[in-house]
Amino acid sequence: MVNKQHEKNRRDYLANKVDIQSGYASALSLSIEETDTITMTKSNRNNLLLRLLKYVLLDILKNRMVLFYTLFLLATSFGLFSMSGDATKGIASLLNIVLLVSPLLSLIFSTIYFYNSYEFIELLSAQPIQRKTILYSQYWGLCISLIVALVIGLGIPLLIFAPSKAALSLLIVSCGLTMAFVSLALLAALLTRDKARGIGLSLLMWFYFTFIYDAMMLMIMFAYIDYPMETITLTMISLNPIDLARVIVLLQHDVSALMGYTGALLQELFSSGKGVLLASGVMLIWIFVPLKLAIRLFNKRDL
Amino acid sequence: MIELNNISKSFGKTKVLDQLHLELLKGQSIALIGPNGSGKTTLIKSLLGLVVPSTGDIHINGINTKGTWLHRSNIGYMPQIGRYPDNITVMQLFEMIKEIRIGTYSKLDEELFHSFNIFKFENKTMRSLSGGMRQKVSACLAFMFNPEILILDEPTAGLDPISSEILKEKVKKELNKGKLVLITSHILSDLEELTDEIIYLNEGKIVFFKKVEELKAETESGNLSKAIARIMEMQNTAA
Repeated sequence: MVNKQHEKNRRDYLANKVDIQSGYASALSLSIEETDTITMTKSNRNNLLLRLLKYVLLDILKNRMVLFYTLFLLATSFGLFSMSGDATKGIASLLNIVLLVSPLLSLIFSTIYFYNSYEFIELLSAQPIQRKTILYSQYWGLCISLIVALVIGLGIPLLIFAPSKAALSLLIVSCGLTMAFVSLALLAALLTRDKARGIGLSLLMWFYFTFIYDAMMLMIMFAYIDYPMETITLTMISLNPIDLARVIVLLQHDVSALMGYTGALLQELFSSGKGVLLASGVMLIWIFVPLKLAIRLFNKRDL
Repeated sequence: MIELNNISKSFGKTKVLDQLHLELLKGQSIALIGPNGSGKTTLIKSLLGLVVPSTGDIHINGINTKGTWLHRSNIGYMPQIGRYPDNITVMQLFEMIKEIRIGTYSKLDEELFHSFNIFKFENKTMRSLSGGMRQKVSACLAFMFNPEILILDEPTAGLDPISSEILKEKVKKELNKGKLVLITSHILSDLEELTDEIIYLNEGKIVFFKKVEELKAETESGNLSKAIARIMEMQNTAA
């Protein structure tokens, strides 16, 4: 009921605004071109996110960090492929490096970037823009620039040295990871006002997902070594985006034989479409849940 | 035009705004005064939605502002300290804001842009601007989109005498068009020139909301500074 009333008010308000605008236009007897721009611009409001995104991307491009990241990825992939000679081995070692580096860089870079664009965010918040749109522009700006870095730094060498299904899955998975960790980074940055604490929090997240979680998982598996653990292992892997990414890429090779029963189960699952669907679903949860939480925090934030 | 119902805001344990009720109408020009830390800026920021009040709601033109954003196209806001992205130039800043606000305004008002001679430093980056230059930029942006409501937080602080005259003339001009103007300042002579009503805020509460004339008559003083000084004295002795 309240919502309906509210919606009605809003519509009245908007209708009123249109009246005022056309009123102005006729009162000032603007040229046809100018009246056209006024009517056109109303539909243009929808592109607000894109317009903001343009400025965020331009700003990120000025930052050297993304360039260094691209160069680092290029150097590493070219180096690994030319050293190992074997494409499969190359992909496997590249996988380990990418799983270590891309979450770390996505987290730290995004957190620092968010804190540094505080003035920009403050300025935008006083403009007629939804807070949600402001945060989305930051999120997509960061994602797009980091994914472009991955596509250039990782995609090109993979295409040259090892064009295969495994290579494609490595690229897609690292893009997914980037999106999930940018989202976690924004959450970390919104959880605390203090820049140092925010960066500390994202470092902690990285430690947790890279080392602590795996250690815990190993401990649990070791403790219950006599019991069937397939389902539990699968669940635990899904609860860590980095592990999930690793399994998806590894299963594109025939290495599951080394992974025992669980490996066989995973192989079975991921060789069918169901497994891929499941993995993408879990990855999407990792991307959107932290982002939604971050938006909720940002809406309540005092600037 | 602006209606505040039972607005409270706390930052941690400190209560900054304490159950405020307020109604401001079109054509009013209001001075918001009070000692440092009395909640002036917080009140202004709540109107814009930059600060989210703990309780109560704010209606602007009859629309509850909670969670909405379009009401901001009706407000020109000049912040106390204009903070802008460091690396963009003045020109880029104007272009950007204009582009973002496309569709929310009918005509641009670039009068201040010309009278402040902004084009003289339009290619400088925001980082390299002095405090006064920033103030000028903030003022231009506040007036640029012809808003119905103008909220100016310490507008003349940091401006040189000539620029501050230009700004005051501009405010008077907008007042004559029947806009609602809300100004905070510690320079009472400026306020006397521009406003005819005073809201006195102390510790998050409205002590009084009166016409300047009334205030002068009550305190039997010839100008605003003396009247306010008298009231502050009276408050101190009462406390």
